[in-house]
Amino acid sequence: MAQLLPSVWRHIPERYSLLGSHCENCGKDYFPQRPICPTCRRKGKIVQKLMPREGKIFSHTLVHAAPAGFELEAPYHLAIVELKNGVHLLSQIVDSDSEAIQINSPVKMVFRKISEDGKQGAIAYGYKFKVVRNAAAASKPGKPVGKQSTSSKK
Amino acid sequence: MNRSGIVGYGTSVPRMRIKVGEIAKVWGKDGERVSSGLGIIEKSVPALDEDSATLAVEAARVAVEAGKINPQKIGAVFVGSESKPYAVKPTATVVAQAVGASVHMTAADLEFACKAGTAAIQACMGMVASGMIEYGLAIGSDTAQGKPGDALEYSAGGGAAAYVIGKPAESIAVIEDTYSFTTDTPDFWRRQHEEFPEHGGRFTAEPAYFKHVVSATRGLLEKTGMKIGDFDFVVFHQPNGKFPGRAAKILGVPDEKIKQGLITPILGNTYSASSMVGLASVLDVAKAGERILMTSYGSGAGSDSFWFTVTDKIEEEGRRQPESVFEMLKDKVNVDYATYAKHRRKIKSL
Ligand SMILES: [Zn+2]
Repeated sequence: MAQLLPSVWRHIPERYSLLGSHCENCGKDYFPQRPICPTCRRKGKIVQKLMPREGKIFSHTLVHAAPAGFELEAPYHLAIVELKNGVHLLSQIVDSDSEAIQINSPVKMVFRKISEDGKQGAIAYGYKFKVVRNAAAASKPGKPVGKQSTSSKK
Repeated sequence: MNRSGIVGYGTSVPRMRIKVGEIAKVWGKDGERVSSGLGIIEKSVPALDEDSATLAVEAARVAVEAGKINPQKIGAVFVGSESKPYAVKPTATVVAQAVGASVHMTAADLEFACKAGTAAIQACMGMVASGMIEYGLAIGSDTAQGKPGDALEYSAGGGAAAYVIGKPAESIAVIEDTYSFTTDTPDFWRRQHEEFPEHGGRFTAEPAYFKHVVSATRGLLEKTGMKIGDFDFVVFHQPNGKFPGRAAKILGVPDEKIKQGLITPILGNTYSASSMVGLASVLDVAKAGERILMTSYGSGAGSDSFWFTVTDKIEEEGRRQPESVFEMLKDKVNVDYATYAKHRRKIKSL
């Protein structure tokens, strides 16, 4: 459970903001970051690039026997997420109903606590994903509450 | 006064809720009575992997996006909270990194019970108006805790609201003026290293909440020459669902004007975020030219009162947060006391 502080610190740009790599020679994106392009090798030109924060579920599983440090969260959903640029990454799926977690369900990145080094140690934050609920309704502007049933409590 | 305004705003709330009645059941109280007495139906429950830093980041990301600003131009990040994940180690640094701010900026966490977030707005106002920074990020975020069985347990919730403060010309709402009222009043506190806060019971009402909220609001009206009737929306700090209504009555504000900004009945008291979430809900629907009055309250004690005028920029595509506060609150899952106790680590071995 105890994580090495330098490793937590080094991974901050990657875990907070999905900072990955892009090869300017072949146009491929990589996450996590790569020092050289595996396709182009010496001809490749690697630069840093922020990955898209939206994607879809490629495959998923429910973890019952959690590793040390994650026992309280079990059972939890783990998925391979395919980002909009085709990059795959492994992430916990949170804030989503189990029925909504399906292959091809649209997901977006959220910022969560990943682990903590006991009660005294440092806290590691980073990305998790959640299923996008009702994607169309989410982009509509609000309506005044006078017209809503949830608004008032007599 | 050199002016500044709200360029972008965003809110974030946990998905879990617990009904007041469910908590009351555990302590042998009549749930209906407690619920109607407090004017709270349910409150939000932050999950094990949520804290005031994660909520602050989520709200801030929305605010930066809705503000359509380059985060590298943020010159200051201030986070107001009384439930920091670290006693020493600023939440503001986590937020700044997560929104993609540059390293060439200042940051700090502020503390003034439930009004630290509005104090952060004031700090940003001054820095923007003086030309010291281009944009400031002011956040109120809390995952409030009440001692099991204490009256506060029914109301203490979690949530965050973030505001990008910048020049009036870019703002969806201009901050016309602000006025604060501060005294030394021990109505609510938490001593160093203590897990749960203590409060002065009934003492938290008249000499604390009402005196400061009413005085700050009246002070703002006096300072600006405005009348309470000139405002289209009024938002007060909302430790429960009842106090804002009583403050409104004292000040002569009709109920319709506080309704849009009254969120505590279905979210609980989000402490530093409380009045700021209310303001966000008003911005979700306000139209150009409308005037908003907001007065926060922080125990200890003090109130910050603000006058905002909504500009026509609010009608531009994507300048409101993508999901309104009331819409966001519909995505929820209600939990029982046992689940709540686990997630809030109220069980001793956790
Ligand atoms: Zn390549």
